[in-house]
Amino acid sequence: MTTLQDPPIAPSAAGRSARRRFGPGTGSRAAAGFAVAAVVLFAVAPVVLGDFRLGLLAKYLCLAIVAVGIGLAWGRGGMLTLGQGVFFGLGGYAMAMHLKLADAGPGQLPDFMQLYGQLDALPWWWRPFTSPAFALAATVLLPMLVALPLGLLIFRRRVRGAYFAILSQALCAAFAIFLIGQQGTTGGTNGLTDIQGFFGYDLNDPINRRMIYFIVAAVLLAVLGVAWQLMRSRYGELLVAVRDGEERVRFLGYDPANVKLVAYVVAAGMAGLAGALFVPAVGIISPAMIGVVPSIEFVIGVAVGGRASLVGPALGAIAVAWARTALSERLPSAWTYFEGLLFILPVVFLPGGLASLTVFLRRRSGKKASA
Amino acid sequence: MSGLVVRDLKVVFDGFVAVGGVDLDVPAGDVRFVIGPNGAGKTTLIDAITGLARASGSVTFDGRELLGRKVHKIARLGVGRTFQNSTVFEELTVLQNLDIAAGWNRGPLTLLRRRSSVPPEVQRALETIRLTAVRDQPAGTLPHGQKQWLEIGMLLVQDAKLFLLDEPVAGMSQEERDATGELLGELSKTHTVVVIEHDMDFLRRFARTVTVMHAGGILSEGTVAEVQADPRVQEVYLGHAVQAQEA
Repeated sequence: MTTLQDPPIAPSAAGRSARRRFGPGTGSRAAAGFAVAAVVLFAVAPVVLGDFRLGLLAKYLCLAIVAVGIGLAWGRGGMLTLGQGVFFGLGGYAMAMHLKLADAGPGQLPDFMQLYGQLDALPWWWRPFTSPAFALAATVLLPMLVALPLGLLIFRRRVRGAYFAILSQALCAAFAIFLIGQQGTTGGTNGLTDIQGFFGYDLNDPINRRMIYFIVAAVLLAVLGVAWQLMRSRYGELLVAVRDGEERVRFLGYDPANVKLVAYVVAAGMAGLAGALFVPAVGIISPAMIGVVPSIEFVIGVAVGGRASLVGPALGAIAVAWARTALSERLPSAWTYFEGLLFILPVVFLPGGLASLTVFLRRRSGKKASA
Repeated sequence: MSGLVVRDLKVVFDGFVAVGGVDLDVPAGDVRFVIGPNGAGKTTLIDAITGLARASGSVTFDGRELLGRKVHKIARLGVGRTFQNSTVFEELTVLQNLDIAAGWNRGPLTLLRRRSSVPPEVQRALETIRLTAVRDQPAGTLPHGQKQWLEIGMLLVQDAKLFLLDEPVAGMSQEERDATGELLGELSKTHTVVVIEHDMDFLRRFARTVTVMHAGGILSEGTVAEVQADPRVQEVYLGHAVQAQEA
């Protein structure tokens, strides 16, 4: 009669020990890790990479910011969010709307509205985005404000597992379709394109594009810092407990819905922030970048890197995005197959992702030695 | 009125009456064993008290009605339970398990910080359940008996007043059983304990009072000697034993 659901996701011993080893470590180890990451991002990459490659890296780092949030919600919280594109898109569109308005100049309509919308005045919901402060706050707060009631509804009704994944993906598809349908006010399929400036800085200037890269890198480090603190805190322990035994946690006096909600909303905020930075880094945001396919690609990077570790998701996202560029430059048709493999291989053979690879190899060599 | 008071409790699953109109009084400080053949409704009784199974009737603990409240709200009123299959958080350490069990009333600021020291109630529980030496081991690596002890420790730090233990000594060695029995006696000084158990030897040694359930109802109630002398109990158990041998 007693039904306790949700067995641990990765029951393999390798996955478990990987999580312990690559979980948030002690303060000094983490500080060293952050220092190394800062040196690589701020000193090595700008010197080694040319302007074009550095611009690509800025884009990858945006995806890495989304991945850190997914790592928190999925890896630690057990919520397979296949719809982060919604929050990424909300942040991206909030930023792009402001930049389009700034490009157009005071009192003017953005170019696409004059073209397709045949509008005389700015729609009411565009107006607040004229303010840079409002737009900046909205890039993070808007996704969080959408995630809050949504998550409350979902988690209170105990929707989880595959049902949660399907629901989040359906939502994502609906959002993309909605944007496409509103050609006059959202740019439709084209999205918001041809963004020229970023708070007064000309985005065609290579110096300013470098500045964008540095901003993205700094935000990624900050987001990693937030995730690190959340993972090592008591809340982080509680979140893992909810992932592995949601029902059991209830009998300890906690409402697991609230515990999951925090991780879900924080992940949404991170995705929004990433979307906002993606716009100046790439110069465009469109429904194709926030729909079902990109949402699944976010998750692939996280799975490859190791969903439950701190840096695994970020590194996985960067690696997958880089592999995508490299492969589709040479073999454009092969990428899709490769991407499918990338998702299947870690799920089947390495549930802890690349973060657990060293543990996995050590275990194998240990077996050989003892045999 | 203190203690656990159950009145006319009914649990029905798709027309099947799992528990049919049970009255039960467990006074504060009692160590009550609930026994009965498989399917008698023992675990369902606990499920109903803790809010897991939907039930009608009335269940009060220390004067407060439990039925109709959510599982986590019932837990906050001081009702704690364990499960037949131990359900500790296997990837977390013993210390983390206990720390989580101690924390439902922590504020957001405490939650967002790291645990800087071992809370005193957790330290006491570690000693009571004799797991101090393994406190930094993942709970999943503990042998079964120690997992059950960890569950009891979690109830201790959770500050439960009523302990509902579902077969706590199943799979334990004789030594572990003795130690668990002594712990239950110790606990009863400050807690009310209800134990579902099949082990008759364990029951004879550590039960203060016994309730025998059969087919969703209460068959007999009293001290160990009284219950053992009850012809209806003998019939149910002997009949059960005979059937089991034939099968």
